[in-house]
Amino acid sequence: MIDFGYSLTSSSRISLDNINQKKLKKITAVEPDFLKCMACGSCAASCSAGNFTKVNLRMVILLLNRGMEKEAIALIEGCMLCGKCTLVCPRGINTRNLIINILKIYKEV
Amino acid sequence: MPATLFKTFKDIIADCLIHVQIFKKNILLGYMHFSIAFGWFMLILVGHIEVMIYTPQRNGVLYYPVFFRYFVMETHETLRGSFFFFLMDLSLLLVLTGIGLAIYKRFHSRILGMRRTTKLRLGDKIALYSLWAIFPLRLLAESFTANISGGSFLTISINHLLNAFVTNPDHILPVWWGYSWALGLFLFALPFSRYMHIPTEILLIVLRNAGIKSSVSRDGYAESEIYSCSRCGICIDACPMTSKKRNIKFSSVYFIRLLRRRSTESLATADKCLMCNKCVDACPVGIDSTRLKLLKRQEMHVRSRTDYEYLQSIENKIDATDSVLYYAGCMTHLTPAIYKSLFKILKSANIKYTFLDIDGSICCGRPLFMSGDKESAKELINKNRELIRSSGCKTLILSCPICYKFFKEEYKLDGIDIVHHSVYINNLLTSGNIKLHKGIGSFVFHDPCELGRGSGIYNEPRELLSAIGIVKEASQEKNLSICCGGSLGSLTLSFSEREQIAKSSLNSLLTNNPDKLITACPLCLKSFSTYNTIPTRDIAQIVSENLI
Repeated sequence: MIDFGYSLTSSSRISLDNINQKKLKKITAVEPDFLKCMACGSCAASCSAGNFTKVNLRMVILLLNRGMEKEAIALIEGCMLCGKCTLVCPRGINTRNLIINILKIYKEV
Repeated sequence: MPATLFKTFKDIIADCLIHVQIFKKNILLGYMHFSIAFGWFMLILVGHIEVMIYTPQRNGVLYYPVFFRYFVMETHETLRGSFFFFLMDLSLLLVLTGIGLAIYKRFHSRILGMRRTTKLRLGDKIALYSLWAIFPLRLLAESFTANISGGSFLTISINHLLNAFVTNPDHILPVWWGYSWALGLFLFALPFSRYMHIPTEILLIVLRNAGIKSSVSRDGYAESEIYSCSRCGICIDACPMTSKKRNIKFSSVYFIRLLRRRSTESLATADKCLMCNKCVDACPVGIDSTRLKLLKRQEMHVRSRTDYEYLQSIENKIDATDSVLYYAGCMTHLTPAIYKSLFKILKSANIKYTFLDIDGSICCGRPLFMSGDKESAKELINKNRELIRSSGCKTLILSCPICYKFFKEEYKLDGIDIVHHSVYINNLLTSGNIKLHKGIGSFVFHDPCELGRGSGIYNEPRELLSAIGIVKEASQEKNLSICCGGSLGSLTLSFSEREQIAKSSLNSLLTNNPDKLITACPLCLKSFSTYNTIPTRDIAQIVSENLI
């Protein structure tokens, strides 16, 4: 490809039609705390796995609400479930149960 | 082998007949169980001896000793065994006092040291009421025939008292029927009730002493544990979750009942548990309900959904051949004051140390393990073990009791001395490597679940604290210590429920008005400091503040 000195960025368009409402309802049913997140990022900042990889719970919740499941899973499957995010969460979200259930509902193995 | 057999025999006598464990909890409660179990055993034993002596031709007939007095009256044999009569009446009196206490306990369980008891189901109720009926009816029946077939201080006296009524033969038969019915009903209801623990507990003791452990929540050993649960409800009072009458249905006794009925709800109960092990410590039968819950979680966690590819890229570059190795773990990284204080202490003792996870730690794997994902936890264990082994260290210091317990039990780091920092610092003090300033401040020590009940370390932290100030007692401490509420064992416990537990634990800790609350776990430190009215410190922090 010819280098013109600039490139096209990938589309950042969000299509809310991609949201799997069934799964989203399921996750809010098993862990209602899912709705409490205010995306402050304390969880990502304190994350043990975040030191080595891109694990980021704040982003995962955001992505799931935007219907980007694959990207979300890639950001959560490295979680070691150590529980630091639960302790720092200012909203008192049970993050560990949330992570376990996100993996259970969204990741097929 | 003979030693194990002897121990098994001793345990069966102590736990099934005398109920030593319950006596330790509460004397009245112990007496209640002892009198019924031992008294009934004596009635059966002496009854058989009587048959053997007086009617040897009937020996081996199962029902004969049970209704001995009735049959003997029929055959008009006269007996002179006043010794056995006395023994039988004494045993019966023993059982009757126990039954009296049991009935009283239904209404005022607090007198017998229990705030809450288990709610009964139909099978339990039938068995319970028939059990209550058996012995008063037996007393009546034997009294009615006492002037014919003999009796002792109890039965003869009642016979004399009710002479006119009793001597009428028409009255004799219905009472014997009543006794027979009550006994039959109890034995019929036994398998469907909690009284199944009477035969099963003996089996459990034999299996336990043989060193058998369950690997699934419904295999032979687990089954014997499930049926051995007498649903006494001692674990309800012990459970930190039940402090404000909430969550009673999640206590171990109900978990085991759900498991016994093969209910799918048992998983939700298993997920709620803090795994603080307080109920296991309190259980008079010695059922490891925490293990059963863990096994249940593991069974439901069919496949691992995690991906730890990134662990492979972490280099083993730490070298600790000539120093002690320190592993902070996730939680201590959240409370860096702990390791900073510890390093200050190590420096003042001139001890060279290496910080293994200075750039962030790989979790020890226990939280993952407790969530039921054994396979994923193994990956973390393997990587951490590799890092530790390649460092060439001889001693490994840990600040987090969660890591400590897991490193000790699952890591198989033979040749490496694994110590918790509270023990390590105490050793430094006793060997004279550090000197501490003794002040007049008073402390209360909170035993973290994983350090106390989990690893049996109770005294070292207290010895260390008494070198700095006065150690005050909490209302529930050592093996009775209440979880801080932060436990990673629970998966579904909500924030507000955890808050409740932390507050009730603080209530117990602050009974004697200490100046500071000291703990030895970063997680407890974090959970308590949010709600505590007095300063909360880790043991390393308080020691480093008082170094000379």
